[in-house]
Amino acid sequence: MQIPGVTGRQILARLLMLAAGLAAVASPARAQLRLDITEGVQDAVPVAVVPFGGQSEGGATDVAAVVAGDLRQSGRFAPLDRQDMVTRPTSGGEIRFEDWRLLKADYIVVGSVDGGGTAISFELFNVQTGQQLLAQRIPASGQNLRSVAHHISDLVFERLTGMPGAFSTRIAYVSVEGKPPSQHYRIVVADADGFNPHTVADSGDPLMSPAWSPDGQSLAYVSFETKASAIYVQRLATGERRRVSARAGINGAPAYSPDGTRLAVTLSRDGNLDIYVLELASQVLTRITSDDAIDTEAAWTPDGKALYFTSDRAGSAQVYRVNLADTSEVQRISYTNGYNARPRVSPDGTALAMVTLDRGYRIALMDLKTRNLRLLTNGRQDESPSFAPNGAVIIYASEDRGPGSLAMVSSDGRYQERLSSDRGDVREPAWSPYPPR
Amino acid sequence: MKLTHALALVVLSLGVAACTKPTQTKPVEQASMAPADGATTSGIDQGAAPSGASTLTPQQQALAQLRTKNIVYFDYDSSEIPQEYLAVVSANAAYLVKYPTAHSRLEGSTDERGSREYNIGLGERRAQVVRRALMAQGVADAQITTVSYGEERPAVEGHDEAAYAQNRRVEFVYAQ
Repeated sequence: MQIPGVTGRQILARLLMLAAGLAAVASPARAQLRLDITEGVQDAVPVAVVPFGGQSEGGATDVAAVVAGDLRQSGRFAPLDRQDMVTRPTSGGEIRFEDWRLLKADYIVVGSVDGGGTAISFELFNVQTGQQLLAQRIPASGQNLRSVAHHISDLVFERLTGMPGAFSTRIAYVSVEGKPPSQHYRIVVADADGFNPHTVADSGDPLMSPAWSPDGQSLAYVSFETKASAIYVQRLATGERRRVSARAGINGAPAYSPDGTRLAVTLSRDGNLDIYVLELASQVLTRITSDDAIDTEAAWTPDGKALYFTSDRAGSAQVYRVNLADTSEVQRISYTNGYNARPRVSPDGTALAMVTLDRGYRIALMDLKTRNLRLLTNGRQDESPSFAPNGAVIIYASEDRGPGSLAMVSSDGRYQERLSSDRGDVREPAWSPYPPR
Repeated sequence: MKLTHALALVVLSLGVAACTKPTQTKPVEQASMAPADGATTSGIDQGAAPSGASTLTPQQQALAQLRTKNIVYFDYDSSEIPQEYLAVVSANAAYLVKYPTAHSRLEGSTDERGSREYNIGLGERRAQVVRRALMAQGVADAQITTVSYGEERPAVEGHDEAAYAQNRRVEFVYAQ
């Protein structure tokens, strides 16, 4: 078991690639996730993101390409093909709006990397009216051009949709290499677009169920490194790790409370799985469910007052809800199909994403007011849904084409794409909260 | 202990009754031990191969004989021990009763279908059913530990029923 956080070698490799100007095109040290758009939407808003000035073509981090990729990944925008851009304005004064109206762009983003990469300026315009919607200059350095580009995507997305962007966030996932019965397991954290993957834990025994702390600083996860399951909490910046539950039997399905002080966990006594809440500072354990069935996969409501979870107390896996103030009352939530599991609550608390069995294991979204269940995906083995912190997109794992890949679907189901790995099997994505502002 | 014992017997007989008619006269040693195309996974560590020059202790020989009887396979979404694998349980129970210092880790697993943490629960349920069956045959609780790997440690690759059938299992693992 190694916990490298980020190894010196990885940092060196990345610096070398930046120096060689390859970061945007070449694979970093670890297997890189690659984005394939599988199903677009008809009414995505066309937007032109013109290559930024002060950057040589094919050079280091292509800011406009990162912004265009982010906007495309949101499912709400259709960036124009670069080849179709007749002119390449880099500031508002250079834009001839009639050109862009002909290209049917609704909006245009222009900008430049200034002072040899010490700042990025950008502007956003409405092409129809010529109105300037945004104009900012953001300090930068060579190392963080990508993160500044994601920040620009966030600003543009929020200005045009009224919803905060989630492009400066990260995803954690489990990566598995090798063939059964000898496989190697990693927990990886990468940018939300799949770039900059870092191994945070690494084992010849299974690793599973990564879960973010609400401050985005730590991951809780399950490791079998001692030939038994245990739950660990690891700080990402330092790699420092604490074993928080290694009780006899199962220690699984960790989920942080919204205030970050507690973990909902699944423990077993004589094979019977129940949900408990573990106070992290005091290690005080409170039992939440007591039933002969499997109770697991707890997810907190945003107010921290209730849990949704999976239970087969009625014979097959279904989703239930329990209020922490009165755990004697457990309410069944799902009825539509014979198998509903692994609930995740939307950030606004109005919907549940879950796995449902409907001709295949698929991701579905339940409106908590109407209890109406809508199928979002059409795979054979889709699982582990996780909401982007703005609720607009759900990332999940899919095994449709051989080894596991990650996929995204917009919460309205109209847009899908895949993040596939060059090697091995990727699974159990968990989308981080917003970074602290 | 007596109460647990009695309870285990009830649980076991319920499990058996639910899957077949209670005609348990068939000699268990004759039962088939593996799925059609044969699983090669061995839960027993290397080093116990029987050889002509028997340098092995009787216990090691007994353990070596269990190598082909160390996996119980389960039906889809079921944690009942199928009739044909009761012999596997009995053989391991006999060994553990004969050698009270021996210890077995029961590793429960599922196929890949469904959600992962829920499958940890199903694998644990299978391991516990086997544990109770062993205890019903006189094995001491302290000789057994259980772990569930859910779908995280498949025996074989593949996304069809043949692969699933080999992955739904409880393996007996003996430290040597």
